[in-house]
Amino acid sequence: MKFGKFFALRVLTWALTIWIGVTFIFFIPRMFPSDPVESMIGQIQSRSGQMDPVQLETLRRSLRLQFGLEGSLLEQYGTFLWKGLLHFDFGPSLMSYPTSVGEIISTYLPYTLILSLTTTTLAWIIGNLIGLQAGFRKNKRSSKIMEGIAICIYPIPYFIIALILQIVFAFILGWFPLQSTINNSGGFALFISSIIRASILPAISLLMVGTGWWIISMKSLSGTTAEDDFVLYARYRGLSEGKIGKNYVFRNSILTQITALAMSLGGAFNGSIMTEIIFGYPGVGTLIQKAILQSDYNMILGCITISIVAISTATLIVDVIYPFIDPRIRYN
Amino acid sequence: MKKFWNNANSRLKAGLIITSFFIILGFGVYYIPHINPFSYNTYPAKLNPSWSHLLGTTSMGQDIFWLLIEAIHNSLMIGLIVALIGTVVGVFVGLLAGFSGGVLDRVLTVVTDTFVVIPSLPILVLMTALMKGTSTVIMMALVLAMFAWAWPSRQIRSLALSIKERDFIHTAWFSGEGTIQIVVTEILPFALTWSLSNFMNATLAAIASESSLAVLGLSPANLISLGNMIQWARARNAIFARQWFWIGSPIVATVLLFVGLFLLITGYNDYLSMKRGR
Repeated sequence: MKFGKFFALRVLTWALTIWIGVTFIFFIPRMFPSDPVESMIGQIQSRSGQMDPVQLETLRRSLRLQFGLEGSLLEQYGTFLWKGLLHFDFGPSLMSYPTSVGEIISTYLPYTLILSLTTTTLAWIIGNLIGLQAGFRKNKRSSKIMEGIAICIYPIPYFIIALILQIVFAFILGWFPLQSTINNSGGFALFISSIIRASILPAISLLMVGTGWWIISMKSLSGTTAEDDFVLYARYRGLSEGKIGKNYVFRNSILTQITALAMSLGGAFNGSIMTEIIFGYPGVGTLIQKAILQSDYNMILGCITISIVAISTATLIVDVIYPFIDPRIRYN
Repeated sequence: MKKFWNNANSRLKAGLIITSFFIILGFGVYYIPHINPFSYNTYPAKLNPSWSHLLGTTSMGQDIFWLLIEAIHNSLMIGLIVALIGTVVGVFVGLLAGFSGGVLDRVLTVVTDTFVVIPSLPILVLMTALMKGTSTVIMMALVLAMFAWAWPSRQIRSLALSIKERDFIHTAWFSGEGTIQIVVTEILPFALTWSLSNFMNATLAAIASESSLAVLGLSPANLISLGNMIQWARARNAIFARQWFWIGSPIVATVLLFVGLFLLITGYNDYLSMKRGR
């Protein structure tokens, strides 16, 4: 019963978040004085010379239709919610006309999902394990060194780390290709090996920043937990340090870190976008960059809507799993 | 001041030293008269570092040292403006929600939580892509500030909720002080110490967002910021030409600035909790 209420509330917030986010991205472009259709027409005319007025009017009408700019604001909003949000239909992409935006995104999205999900999970696990050691054995030299390294890496923006790794390992040492290329034509084994080769540097840069944060936060969490009364009591009972660390400190601190994981997903996604762009990794980030360069607004809108839905859903999943892990909530 | 320095932990000290170094560069050295570093072909191109050009020149004949100083100044300015707006709005909304309660609190909380969870970069990308070519520094700062108020607001709200029930607030209430007066004289001081750490955090986040947008080519084209400087060097193939001072100096400056600010924040938080005796 209690879980049912929690679940319903959480799903409601999820829907609200997506709705507010999507409403936001619907109204923002309409608040700006620049009209994407007029700028498109300007671009077309500068490429192909002047057109006669009748042609121009037809072009304008069909572009307005494709951008979802026909009808009253309320009608446009309705169509946008119905087609975009519920069917992921954002019309044709303008940079690779007439392929639909949804089709292109669906070929790029898996790469981003694989990269960001694996690195986020790995960073969380590795960072928390190291952080636990560093917090539980505060006064050891290795703990201080680990924390020092984490503090010097975590605050640096993702793309700077990516840029440094690219310059050192791809350009100076030449161990990796400068730009990721995926080999689609040479059979399955070659395809997989090219994906791995293209992912190593982006994955390492995402891991470095992510792990840094989890080390820092887990160290301070487990440091405070290790001084709690129940840990002191466990020591008086003569339990081994390993057992105290595992059963008392770890299990109590990791709960907070699960909630923190849910809060951090948006930031991790931002980082993934930036890292992809530096390495030219074929994910949503690179797609967004291409779309910006060619003013493909349908594509930009599509990528952003899908990002918002994906991150909100991932956050929802982590939040909903939480009661199943925390015994204090489960048994109440 | 001396007492503060003696009580400060090593992180706070390191953070203060690095941050003051950047403040001196961005707000002191910046005002030493120099030729506008943005204009092309002021000097011979691709010079190596020397006494007259401390970091050499770019392939467009710009002095890298003055370009860097200007970039540090502008990046810090954007960070400070965004942090100021974000903190003021956040504290206001948080206090309002925490003290009003009821429907207003619930509505504000839902909106705040949405802004905390929503991925900011894609929306920033959309807005700046629409302003492409026409955006100014002020517009940029305002757009970034839209995502800077939610986190402080959420924190301040829970702070307000916990303070509301404490004894000294009840005492003030019963001695006839009005709600606004209580908020200003009793609660704001609490919120302020906390806000300082949030303010530095927001500065850091804003500089990071601006430089991320710059790498996407979405920062105002005439703005010399750390991000734009990196982006220009990349676009002009400074890496392939091995012009390490050109691409390297904004990277090193950004890394140092961020680590310095972060040390300052964590050091300050540790200092506060030590002062409270925890």
